[in-house]
Order: sequence, then C-alpha cells, then structure tokens
Amino acid sequence: MKQADFVSLVMPFKDKVFRLAKRLLVSREEAEDATQEILLKLWKNSKKIGDYKNVEAFSMTMTKNFCLDRLKSKQAQNLKIVHSNYTDNNSSLQKQVEAKDSIDWVSKIMEDLPEQQKIIVQLRDIEEYDYAEIAKMLDMNETAIRVNLSRARKTIREKLTSTHQHGLK
Amino acid sequence: MDLNNIEKLIEKYNSAETTLQEEAELKAYFKSNNVAPHLEHYKPMFLFFSESKKEQYTKDVPLNTKKTKLYQWISVAAVAVLMLGFFIPNWSNEPKTLADYTPEEQELYLETKQTLSLISKNLNKGLLGMNALDMTGENLNMGLEKASYITVFGDTTNKLLKN
Repeated sequence: MKQADFVSLVMPFKDKVFRLAKRLLVSREEAEDATQEILLKLWKNSKKIGDYKNVEAFSMTMTKNFCLDRLKSKQAQNLKIVHSNYTDNNSSLQKQVEAKDSIDWVSKIMEDLPEQQKIIVQLRDIEEYDYAEIAKMLDMNETAIRVNLSRARKTIREKLTSTHQHGLK
Repeated sequence: MDLNNIEKLIEKYNSAETTLQEEAELKAYFKSNNVAPHLEHYKPMFLFFSESKKEQYTKDVPLNTKKTKLYQWISVAAVAVLMLGFFIPNWSNEPKTLADYTPEEQELYLETKQTLSLISKNLNKGLLGMNALDMTGENLNMGLEKASYITVFGDTTNKLLKN
C-alpha cells in the first residue's frame, strides 16, 4: 500500500478518531497526539489493513482503547489538562454568546459522564453511527448500548433542565 | 414539522429508540429558530452535537517510515567501506623482486646500497678507535686499584710509626 492510498483510506474517518480522542482526553493537544499515534500505528500495519473488514470500526476501537489506557496512566499521575475551544455558530451575537455558553455547558456535563457513556454518546449522537456498528466497535450488545445511551441522555437532559430553570450553578 | 410529532420523537429519543434519520430530524428542528418554549432546554444539547461534528483534525501526520530504513543501510555501507579500507592495503603487499623494477630504479637502488655500506664501514672504523679508548680506561682502573694498595700500605706504616 502506497502513502497516497493510505491517506485516502484514512481521510474519511481521521476527524472522527480525533473527536473521540478529544471527548475522552478533553485536551486538544492530547487528542492530537493520540490521533497521530493511532494513524501511525495504522500506517505501520498498512500491509495487514486489507485483512480487516471495516478499517473505520477497527480504528475507532483502537482509539477507544488507546485513550482509556492514556486516561488510566494519567489518573495514576494525578494530572489533568482541561482545554476546550469551539467554533462559533451562525446566529446573532447575543444568541451566539448564549448558545456558546450552553454548548460549553453541555460539553462540561459530558465530561462528568462515565467513560462508557461518553463513548456511546460520542459515537451515536455526534458521529451518527448505527447501533450495529457501535456494538462491533465496543464489543457490546445493542441492548446494553441502548440502555447506556438512554441513561446518558437522561443525565444530560436533567442537568440541562436544572441549569435552565435555576441558572448556572 | 408539527409539535406533536417532535414530542413523540423526543420521547423515543430519550429511551434510545430513535433511528438515525429521526435523530437527524430532531437536530434539524432544534437548529431552527422557532423551537417551542417548553422544549427550549433541549436546544443546547442538539446544537452541541451538530457543533461537535464540525471539529477537525488539522495536524499533519509524518508517514516517513522509509527514511529511517535508508539511514540504517547507509550506516551499514559506511562500516563496510571502513573495513575494506583496513584490508585492502594488506592485499597489495605481495613480495616484489628486484627484476620487477626498471633499470634506472635498479641502478639507484644499488648506488644507495653502496653508499649506505660505506657509511657503515666508516662507522665500524670509528668503533675500533673507541675500543682503544675502552682499553686505556681499563688500564686506568687497574692503576687506580694499585694506588689503593699504596694507601692501605701507607695506613699500616702510619700505625707502626705511632707505636
């Protein structure tokens, strides 16, 4: 496999890898490093890549495992890097600021979710994979994924309604 | 899309039973500016989901694994050349006879040989001269020994004289 072939194979899902890494590792730099690591690993094994039925699902699983490993080692070091930057959306300035605030708030709520739920929300609500694919990536059955997902959605919803009614904590 | 439908969809969504298409509808609805007031608090959530999807990985990935391999081979080649450098001079040291050289070179060789032998002969003559010096030195030593006898003799005569 040549470099150009590899790039065109990896191109469609490298952003997804990055976003999943960022969801889990929070810091942008950490996520970039993780993505680079994943892509290099894929490149090193590019001869075997033809054997995998679904390279994208395989890479997402790899990303998940890699990031969880990273988090484990980081928890041991008691280190936490928090960093978030988001692109703006196109509404009026006032709305924009409000929306940005609440969007930031959602991302903070998501940070508090258990890792499993974080991954599932990321894969389902943001990357829009179907349940069968997620089940394959995470090696779980679909019912368990649905249960986790509805719990995560419930948590986000409840926290959002409480802040919506009482203002920010 | 009417409100009733959206509410139903949200209910389904909360129990994670919506299809991807229905979720896309929900996202589209909450992106618009006329969201029903009692559903307003869902807005940031769906906005966040569609916003997050826009984030991109912009860093370049260095895929130059081949370069390092090339460097390895260069170092191997360098070592091989060094080793050859040590061995090649030894190969060319085959014994050569006088007949391999041209007549002028042979003549030169003989001349230098003669002059060198002349120098060595003269040196030997000089050495002979040095031998004579050696001999006188020996004789002097003998004389010194005899002189010491005389001093011993002198000591004893002094003793006798005191008595």
